[in-house]
Amino acid sequence: MKVIRSLVLVSNDPRSVELGAEEVFRALHAEIRSQGLHDQVRIGTIGVVGEQQHLPLVMVYPEAVAYGPVTLDDVHLIVEEHLLKGQIVMSLLRFLQEPAGELAWLRTRSGALPVQQRIVLERAGIIDPYSLDDYLLHNGYTALGKALTSMTPEQIIDEVDQSGLQGRGGAGFPTGRKWGFVRAAPSHPKYIIANADESEPGTYKDRLIIEGDPFSLIEAMTIAAYAVGANEGFIYIRGEYRLAYQRLENAIRLAEEHGLLGDAIFGTDFTFHIHLHAGAGAYICGEETALIESLEGKRGQPRARPPYPPSYGLWGKPTLVNNVETLANIPAIIRHGSEWYRQFGTPSSRGTKVYTIMGNVNFTGAIEAPLGITLREVIEIYGKGMKHGRRLKLVQTGGSSGSIVPASLQDTPMDFESWRKAGASLGSGALLICDERTCVVDLAKVLLQFFRFESCAKCTPCRTGTQRLYQIVDAISKGHGALADLDELQQLGKDMELLSNCGLGQTASVALRDILKHFRDEVEEHILERKCRAGVCRIPALSPYEIAAAAATPSQAAIEEFEGSTESV
Amino acid sequence: MSDQPSQTELDALLEQAVRRHGVGRDALIPILSEVNKSIGYIPAEAFGKIRRRLNTPQEGLFLADSHVFAVASFYQMLSLQPTGAHVIRYCESAPCHVVGARQVLEAIQDELGILPGETTRDREWSLIPTSCIGVCGVGPVFLIDQDLYGNVTPDRVHEILDRYR
Repeated sequence: MKVIRSLVLVSNDPRSVELGAEEVFRALHAEIRSQGLHDQVRIGTIGVVGEQQHLPLVMVYPEAVAYGPVTLDDVHLIVEEHLLKGQIVMSLLRFLQEPAGELAWLRTRSGALPVQQRIVLERAGIIDPYSLDDYLLHNGYTALGKALTSMTPEQIIDEVDQSGLQGRGGAGFPTGRKWGFVRAAPSHPKYIIANADESEPGTYKDRLIIEGDPFSLIEAMTIAAYAVGANEGFIYIRGEYRLAYQRLENAIRLAEEHGLLGDAIFGTDFTFHIHLHAGAGAYICGEETALIESLEGKRGQPRARPPYPPSYGLWGKPTLVNNVETLANIPAIIRHGSEWYRQFGTPSSRGTKVYTIMGNVNFTGAIEAPLGITLREVIEIYGKGMKHGRRLKLVQTGGSSGSIVPASLQDTPMDFESWRKAGASLGSGALLICDERTCVVDLAKVLLQFFRFESCAKCTPCRTGTQRLYQIVDAISKGHGALADLDELQQLGKDMELLSNCGLGQTASVALRDILKHFRDEVEEHILERKCRAGVCRIPALSPYEIAAAAATPSQAAIEEFEGSTESV
Repeated sequence: MSDQPSQTELDALLEQAVRRHGVGRDALIPILSEVNKSIGYIPAEAFGKIRRRLNTPQEGLFLADSHVFAVASFYQMLSLQPTGAHVIRYCESAPCHVVGARQVLEAIQDELGILPGETTRDREWSLIPTSCIGVCGVGPVFLIDQDLYGNVTPDRVHEILDRYR
């Protein structure tokens, strides 16, 4: 058997390719061969979008060393010094000295960061995402093999149910129960859909999972299809994710060629086909019924529910819609069993969660950690503290539809239950960390701009509500607000929550509500003192005319005096 | 890219898209995407052509031009108007905003002399706001055509745009 001593991965995201990653790849290949190392060293590609100045990037495992930016001139040095002599080329190690970007999580193996618990990202960044062999070498398809040959569909659903896995798209619905609904639905055929239309601002976990480990999604979908009784599946991936699309396309083709997808999978009579569908740019298509409408070739406008997709989904048939991260947990659960999975996380929220950390911290990127860690831990340990030593002001969680969490809540364990109690939502796992230079009015304005832009315009409360909320907040940010506006914002927000057809309108005012709850004094300052303490809103000074007009407004006493004087006439 | 296509070019393009995606209702968005990709936008005469092509008795489809238009106008990646030779799509979502996206946008506006949603008079550049494109770890970000730029600062804008001139 061949022993692979080193694995070399070259970044090949679009930016790297433009900067010459393919030439570096070819040169590495040739150099490794000319040094006679091709039996011991494997070379592959890795999709990362990291710091611009570090691309193209070359990672070497098992040392988990990152070199970048690598030019053709460096290739000889890397091969001779590192791969042949086993010495790290310190002069090219710029990246490790100055870590940044979403490559942060890759560094866990070098010991620079606390070890994360990785289940869904266990292979990402380690295997070559274009290689089925690599996936198979890293426990790939053992779960599907086990499921198809030794488990009944009911046993699989039971195992998933027992694991306590909850949907990772934001709502946190128990996955096993959803599967049970679809299996129990009387109508045929049944469909399954992987929701990869990840559009919640600040969320890119699904992209990392697909780009790093595309086969795991396909394996998971196959298991899910077997469990619920579907023979056809769809991956709805957002149109902007070109690299992820290419990798899935390749993975589906390879899986089909090797009898792991298509007819007679694993030699059984189980048949399953996957279709890849690229979105055309609409945030709302992440909502499952809008996604289904879009798959059917219509405007992506959410349906009225019930009926829900498990009974009436794609083309009116029972349909299972799961988030990519949810599905990516499945192979590990089947492989190790639900007991194993339940040891991670908290009693109410089992397993791990992929968080995307961004904003004013030293270290931005994705981490996977057990549910129940606190924001303070995320910021201090993984985020390496606030940038420039500034103070934490607030964290926005779960993207635009998520909550605004003030610094005072940073010790609340992040699991579905604890956060629900604290009046916040975990959502998709995006953590936007803001320091005191962030103005809450300005932030609310940006979020509402997003919603008024993305509202599908089907129902009135959302279509006009998002516009009106934006207008009011915009006026406040320009110094034209009144205190009564705050009541109107609150009332309108409540109305939209009650009356909107789908989650978009229902959650569009959540951040605003939280801001008025935790930062009301700062909003009032904008109105009463025409002051933005963060210095972000450009509130013009009152013009001489406005000052004169204010001064010219008669006081109550003057009015009474005037009225008195007219009476006496 | 955004030049007016001839009728025969459009017909050939549609035929090719239909061969790949079929004539079912669910082929509509992939077909529109392909037209948009090749021409840079979806010309008005495409709506009728697509409608006629998809209205097959076997499929039982009875689309109107307005159905096709309704779908095309809904999705942000589909454009109904010709764009500039290069399209800048800048992210205006919160994660980029808190790390300085507004300053970057202002630098682009100054550089090109256009506002969001506009195209320069020489038809070289279009500036289009977009929602999050999922590379928030390296914000502020923008796309020029298909190339992604992250960690952009206002003083880098001129140099980046120069690469396309």
